[in-house]
Amino acid sequence: MSVVSIKNLDVVFGDNQAETLELMDEGKNREQILGATGDVVGVQNANLDINEGEICVLMGLSGSGKSTLLRVVNGLNTAARGQCLVRNGDEMVDMTSCSEATLRHMRTHRVSMVFQSFALMPWLSVLDNVAFGLEMQGMSKADRQTKAMQQLEMVGLEQWAHKKPDELSGGMRQRVGLARAFAMDTDVLLMDEPFSALDPLIRSQLQDELIELQKKLNKTIIFVSHDLDEALKIGSKIAIMESANIVQQDIPEKIVLNPATKYVERFVAHTNPLNVLKGDSLMTPISALSQVSAEPQDKSSAYSLTNLTIQVDEKGQLQSATDNNGTVTITEYITGFDVNSLTTSDVVVAPADIAMRDAVEIRYQTKRPVLLQRAGRFVGILDDHDFYHALLGKHFSSTT
Amino acid sequence: MNWLTEHKIPLGDWMELFVDWLIEVAGGFFDLLSEVIENIILFLVDTIEMVPPLLVIAIILVGVWFLHRSIGLLVFICASLLLILNLGYWLETVQTLVLVVSATFISVLIGVPLGIAAAHRPWLYTMLRPILDLMQTIPTFVYLIPTLILFGLGYVPGLISTIIFAIAAPIRLTYLGVSKVPSELIEAGLAFGCTKSKLLYKVELPAAMPNIMAGVTQCIMLSLSMVVIAALVGADGLGKPVIRALNTVNISQGFEAGIAIVLVAIMLDRICKSRSSSKEG
Repeated sequence: MSVVSIKNLDVVFGDNQAETLELMDEGKNREQILGATGDVVGVQNANLDINEGEICVLMGLSGSGKSTLLRVVNGLNTAARGQCLVRNGDEMVDMTSCSEATLRHMRTHRVSMVFQSFALMPWLSVLDNVAFGLEMQGMSKADRQTKAMQQLEMVGLEQWAHKKPDELSGGMRQRVGLARAFAMDTDVLLMDEPFSALDPLIRSQLQDELIELQKKLNKTIIFVSHDLDEALKIGSKIAIMESANIVQQDIPEKIVLNPATKYVERFVAHTNPLNVLKGDSLMTPISALSQVSAEPQDKSSAYSLTNLTIQVDEKGQLQSATDNNGTVTITEYITGFDVNSLTTSDVVVAPADIAMRDAVEIRYQTKRPVLLQRAGRFVGILDDHDFYHALLGKHFSSTT
Repeated sequence: MNWLTEHKIPLGDWMELFVDWLIEVAGGFFDLLSEVIENIILFLVDTIEMVPPLLVIAIILVGVWFLHRSIGLLVFICASLLLILNLGYWLETVQTLVLVVSATFISVLIGVPLGIAAAHRPWLYTMLRPILDLMQTIPTFVYLIPTLILFGLGYVPGLISTIIFAIAAPIRLTYLGVSKVPSELIEAGLAFGCTKSKLLYKVELPAAMPNIMAGVTQCIMLSLSMVVIAALVGADGLGKPVIRALNTVNISQGFEAGIAIVLVAIMLDRICKSRSSSKEG
């Protein structure tokens, strides 16, 4: 069951909402509507389901409506039409139409938020900032201080508890922002470009910390970002927005491999595919390999690669590999394998879903193609051509 | 042209009629109000007067020390108060301080809530703005006349005139502070479940506090600048010797009273200002 479910949601900023919705139904675009009614369409017909434990990244250029959509989930923005359901125990609450009291309950117990500009209260100490939401939950002073201290320990800032936010660096301030949101013990966490205001090293460090925390806490996170690399790194699902519409939503690898529109393609062209792509989406499949004189009496086959011939038996299992100097040892790669121990006398067989970065590393060490197998069956190889193909971004371009 | 000047619009007469009408309808109320305020101020002045001046100075010094913990400020205030005592303006200084503090207290009591309300309701501020401009720019003597008629001679017309002149500062600065609270702090407050009143007390007011304190400081300074004018309608204080000196062309008295006013102004400014700036830091 999904934790957050957005259905046919429209957000309009302005005073002529009814008229604007009509024009939207007629298929007018954002600019036409702005000219006709003076209203700005924030989000148009958004549909999105986010399951428990998922990190869903809303991606897009500024002004594409990603932050607007995020703010509907905790009721900071109101919707013109449609539903935004958030799980509350066994029922789903529609944030677009619930009462003030319900809204406050959802904000204090179900949905918390991290802001791009940190939004810490400058007059409160770090500890009191973390305890701010707990106070709104109605927790007693002693309890909330103990709990806030635990959260600060979790983000490694317990020594800074009694400082004011302006004495902290940007990275530390956002850790306080994270601690404040985590302290609420909510299922859903909204993060509005939380790391965009930080410098690159701190940003990647905080991304790693978030991934680690998420492993422990298993929250449902909606994360807004304009950086596809960040989205690919932390997202388990990515929804790409362009001028108020969600143009594509999918798992990270599918986004990189099959961009739905030119807009998405432009984003993807600027990312580093090494972090996202898996072996089997890049490999030269078995059917495309040149087969050498299969002997008719048995069902086994042999394939000739650069400087290497490999034998596969009738079940599709790898038998042996030979080069000009004779038989080569086949080493099996599993996750966590020390790639540096490989030498040029090895040929490596790896699972088909090997990360491209690891495959490149193996290729570099062994100077041989990487063989891929799925469920014990040989399925294809990764060779230089495949790597160059991916690095040049040719795997999605229609020009290949 | 002749027609235009011959048919004068009786604006002044209307105002006079209005004041007459006010006295007729609410004269008793204004008398009572005047009586009560006058007695409160007299009581405060008498109470402070009963305490030996040196003890009052000691109490002020202890208070300032706890507020600021600054030796320099302490020495300055001690020297200033002793000089005033030496010049023989102690009673007048106490009267002025009571008047200024009462005017500020009432201005803040009315001005801060009004500023908050205006920040939340744009239409209210649109209405208030011309009134505030009027209150700050209209020559003091003009409204001194009706206040004199309504409240009689003494502290009260001085106090009322001072409030009319000084109240705009806390209203404007509170409005400014509350309406300039960063939107992300408001959003954070709401996102963590603030109610309307929690948002006001936990987010908006603390965020606006430096501005509100600046408004209070300004209010004190503006009140102090009214002491001479308040003396014209019979309010006792440091303004009285200045007026007397003017009437008798007495350079020495005018200079001494002037110095006392300046010293009081600097002391109040330092006590308030560093308090608000230390809160910011």
